[in-house]
Amino acid sequence: MFDDFLFRALIAGIGIAIVTGPLGCFVVWRRLSFFGDTLAHSALLGVILSISFDINISLSIFAVSSLVALILLRLQNTTNLAGDALLGLLSHSSLAIGLVVLGFLSFIRFDIMGILFGDILSVNVNDLIIIWAGGAIILFVLWLIWKPLFASTVNYELAEAEGMNPKRVNAIFTILLAALIAISIKMVGLLLITGMLIIPCAMARNLSNNPKQMVILSIIGGLLSVFIGLYASFEINTSSGPTIVTVAIILFILSLSRIRKKY
Amino acid sequence: MIDNDLLVKVSDAGLYKDGKWLVKGVNLNITKGKIVTLIGPNGSGKTTTAKIALGLYKNIEGNVERLTNKISYVPQKVSIDWTLPVRVIDFMVLTQDLQEQEINDALNLTGVEHLKNNNLRELSGGEFQRVLLARAIAKKPDLLVLDEPVQGVDFTGEVELYALIKKISETLKCGILLISHDLHVVMSATDYVVCLNGHVCCSGTPVAVAQNKEYKELFGEKSSQLLSLYEHEHDHVHDSDGNIVKEAK
Repeated sequence: MFDDFLFRALIAGIGIAIVTGPLGCFVVWRRLSFFGDTLAHSALLGVILSISFDINISLSIFAVSSLVALILLRLQNTTNLAGDALLGLLSHSSLAIGLVVLGFLSFIRFDIMGILFGDILSVNVNDLIIIWAGGAIILFVLWLIWKPLFASTVNYELAEAEGMNPKRVNAIFTILLAALIAISIKMVGLLLITGMLIIPCAMARNLSNNPKQMVILSIIGGLLSVFIGLYASFEINTSSGPTIVTVAIILFILSLSRIRKKY
Repeated sequence: MIDNDLLVKVSDAGLYKDGKWLVKGVNLNITKGKIVTLIGPNGSGKTTTAKIALGLYKNIEGNVERLTNKISYVPQKVSIDWTLPVRVIDFMVLTQDLQEQEINDALNLTGVEHLKNNNLRELSGGEFQRVLLARAIAKKPDLLVLDEPVQGVDFTGEVELYALIKKISETLKCGILLISHDLHVVMSATDYVVCLNGHVCCSGTPVAVAQNKEYKELFGEKSSQLLSLYEHEHDHVHDSDGNIVKEAK
């Protein structure tokens, strides 16, 4: 059964959707969507390093994205630049450096479209293991830090005053985000991963009135996007990543009609 | 002298930030069952002092000793973004695990049990303050830090809440650090007052502080008379012109 490329794509998509749901909710709650973009852009450098030094692609993306995340946390403490300016600085400098390095590697045949927009249909069994094992670790760590992370999302100082160490859980969450990008770039692509993170959660917010409900609904939204998107991309012959995100957008638009304006 | 009831001891503490002292030379002790109140004009360092006592700053001058970990904090401002759907019951267990009964008791005490399943964004300012207070007392802390806990609460509710805070300090035997603007209520329901204006301009029992020269300069002559509203015994009744009309019993 694992020989069927569509079946592998489906299993990969399900794994990704289950992890992007809860992580995406925190990205939305903490206003980190631009941060997700920054990490994703830096992933290009990771991809290029992996090709030049022949190391595992997920591992090298994880290393580069984590490094960029840690540089960001450091810069936030040492400069007076606003958060979005710092993100723009890091996002585009890592993208530019990645493209410059790519120029040196003109002798390597390299599918840049696959990296930018994802190629879920090329997922092999090895990738499936990375997605599911990596995803399980990410969710387990998120479960461990859920309470302090949520408390510091609602009010940082309150969490700190009541002994929750928000600084540490914020750093851990950042690393989790880097890990998620590392395992999902091959499938969704670095230009679309933030969409996959945020859009199902935005849909879920329109339909929910408490945090747990929002997490569950965003997982369901992500799964639906994967099912319908994969099927549609197969039927009408479009690229899988953009089709999945388009389905997510359609679900979001549908959810607007049920929006709980009151809250 | 070693005091067994001591919860927090702030010694000569100050915070220097962006080229100026936010607050300087603060000494205060918080002990079990007592209410310490910080008063002072805007920008006088009340909130900064509370955060120093809580240990929220890394680079402070002086010394802070905290002898308890059971701390609850009601910040001056808690804003809940629309993207974050939180009900009152979700908020109650934000930093603590609570039994259903503990949640109900705490909400009941502050008079907002009926709002349990409401979303935080639906609450009025006063209701929200009561929820903040309920969350803070639900786990029976040793130390309660309240930064303007009655803002946005109507006048009767305000008197009620201060009475409740007083009751909490007595029943839970916890120490309370209270920041307040309402001089009149503060003076009546406090054990110790610290009057701040970038530094401690005076401190002591409410009676002593009200007579202090610097306090009078800071808040005006009238404010020290406020206390008399609470201190003197009513032995007569006035009519609307202020004339004594009869002896009270």
